[in-house]
Amino acid sequence: MKNMSLKSRKIKEYFIEKIILISGIISIVFVILIFIFLLKEGLSLFKTISLKDFLFGKLWYPISEPPKFGILSLFLGSIWVTLGAIVISFPLGIASAIYISEVAHLKIREFLKTGIELLAAIPSVVLGFIGMTTLVPLVRKMFNLPTGLTALSGSIMLAFMAIPTIVSIAEDAFYSIPKRYKEAALALGATKWQTIWRVLIPAGFPGIVAACMLGIGRVIGETMAVMMLTGNTAKIPKSFFDPARTMTATIAAEMGETVRNSEHYFSLFAIGIVLFIITFIVNLIADIYIHKELK
Amino acid sequence: MFKNIMCFVFSLCMLLGFAGCKRTPRAGTICAVGSDTMVNLVQSWAEEFMKTSSDSFIAVTGGGSGTGIAGLISNSCDIASASRKMKEQEIEKAKKNNINPVEFIVGLDGIAVVVNPNNKVDKLTIDQLSDIFTGKITNWKEVGGEDKKIVILSREMNSGTHIYFKEHVLRRNKEDSKEEFAPSALLLSSSQAIADEIIQNSQAIGYYGMGYVNPKQKALKIAKDKKSVYYEPSISNIISDKYPISRPLYIYTKSQPEGKIKDFIDFALSKRGQEIVKETDFVPVN
Repeated sequence: MKNMSLKSRKIKEYFIEKIILISGIISIVFVILIFIFLLKEGLSLFKTISLKDFLFGKLWYPISEPPKFGILSLFLGSIWVTLGAIVISFPLGIASAIYISEVAHLKIREFLKTGIELLAAIPSVVLGFIGMTTLVPLVRKMFNLPTGLTALSGSIMLAFMAIPTIVSIAEDAFYSIPKRYKEAALALGATKWQTIWRVLIPAGFPGIVAACMLGIGRVIGETMAVMMLTGNTAKIPKSFFDPARTMTATIAAEMGETVRNSEHYFSLFAIGIVLFIITFIVNLIADIYIHKELK
Repeated sequence: MFKNIMCFVFSLCMLLGFAGCKRTPRAGTICAVGSDTMVNLVQSWAEEFMKTSSDSFIAVTGGGSGTGIAGLISNSCDIASASRKMKEQEIEKAKKNNINPVEFIVGLDGIAVVVNPNNKVDKLTIDQLSDIFTGKITNWKEVGGEDKKIVILSREMNSGTHIYFKEHVLRRNKEDSKEEFAPSALLLSSSQAIADEIIQNSQAIGYYGMGYVNPKQKALKIAKDKKSVYYEPSISNIISDKYPISRPLYIYTKSQPEGKIKDFIDFALSKRGQEIVKETDFVPVN
């Protein structure tokens, strides 16, 4: 009887192990397949358009005759919107991570953590909709602009989306700092603020960088909210108060229109490749810093 | 133990799930995709049609004329509604997929050019519109308004209205014209989004089917040229061809329609169907 159960257990273990293995392999296979598909469709564009015209062309008129596929304005649109979101979300996110992990009382901590996780759960289209009806008119009136659909409005909303990511990862980083660092600093007579600024932040720095990078990854790939808030103007934005068009919004807005295997269709995939490369680099940096932290 | 079995069953289901993805459509389901301008109209037809013919179901979705036509070409829908004609290129693509699109004109639509009611300007010529939307005129004072920057609102490129407006207003029907929307134009994703922005923004100008106009926006009177009379977009002015910016609305089917699809199109062109056209603020054809 005992033997039987041991045997059946072993068989069970075996199957479970294999299933987990297969699941792991499947997800990698999917990533590779997606990448191959993206490359195959995207690179077809460069049979007719030169890489230089694609990356540095300023005009995006994909369905005109002759079409123009310059993504510089879209690329810079993404960069402006992301930069704005970084400026807002990094200080806020890291400050609240410090507060939650080092300063706040247990009850407040639990309350704040739940709140921030709740923020992460709001669908981006809802945030976009709220932004359209509240933030856009506010931005227009506050800065006396011709329109409130600007890079800034997109940045503010995206910052809200990045903050939960940044807070939860940075908070983990602060937790993983050995207690004795903090205790030693306090024992030497450092104030709470000195401990945080001189000891905890340097010790948690790799984690902070990783948090910020993943935050950027979240921001640059976001589509729905930016499409609703930034005005989608394919013109190089000169400031945060100009409308902008991001790469993601372009793909989302135009994919319905394209005829399969047309130049326009390929160009959207080519934008996909550019996005993929950017997020890959950002994730790579995050990964490097996460591993630094573990050492 | 139980958990593990569940785990196994779950993984198996995930795997099998992919195989089960191919759904078989409900018998009698007709899928109509396309123009955002026409989505309310097609929906009203569908509701009325389903009352009379209870065994059929019509699923109506918007997304833009281009979306509908692309769906027709790739065989993912039965009927495409479009506020522009199918392009040569698209017809060729369809023929390659063994689809011979058949065209029906089901109504007319006036495109209203709208501004905020606080804007002093209430009439423009087609030339002025062209200059505004291509970015040659950038301040309202140049067309008799206040000294304020003009904010151009346009639909996204997958919109039939966008293309119609470009060809017939920006390019004034000239085939060789290369005029484009100013790069500074804001491209919004729906007519409703333009309507909402017009309500808030006294410097904005936009365009959409006249069915979307309500008292919170002001539709401009338009004249063909300086010497002509300015007309407001109304059903009578469009039937009499006085208002210069109107266009036919199309429905495309994959082949000569049969069965339920034919019934539906016959209904759309019937007396009742054309009454619905009028009720949804479009202009009937017969």
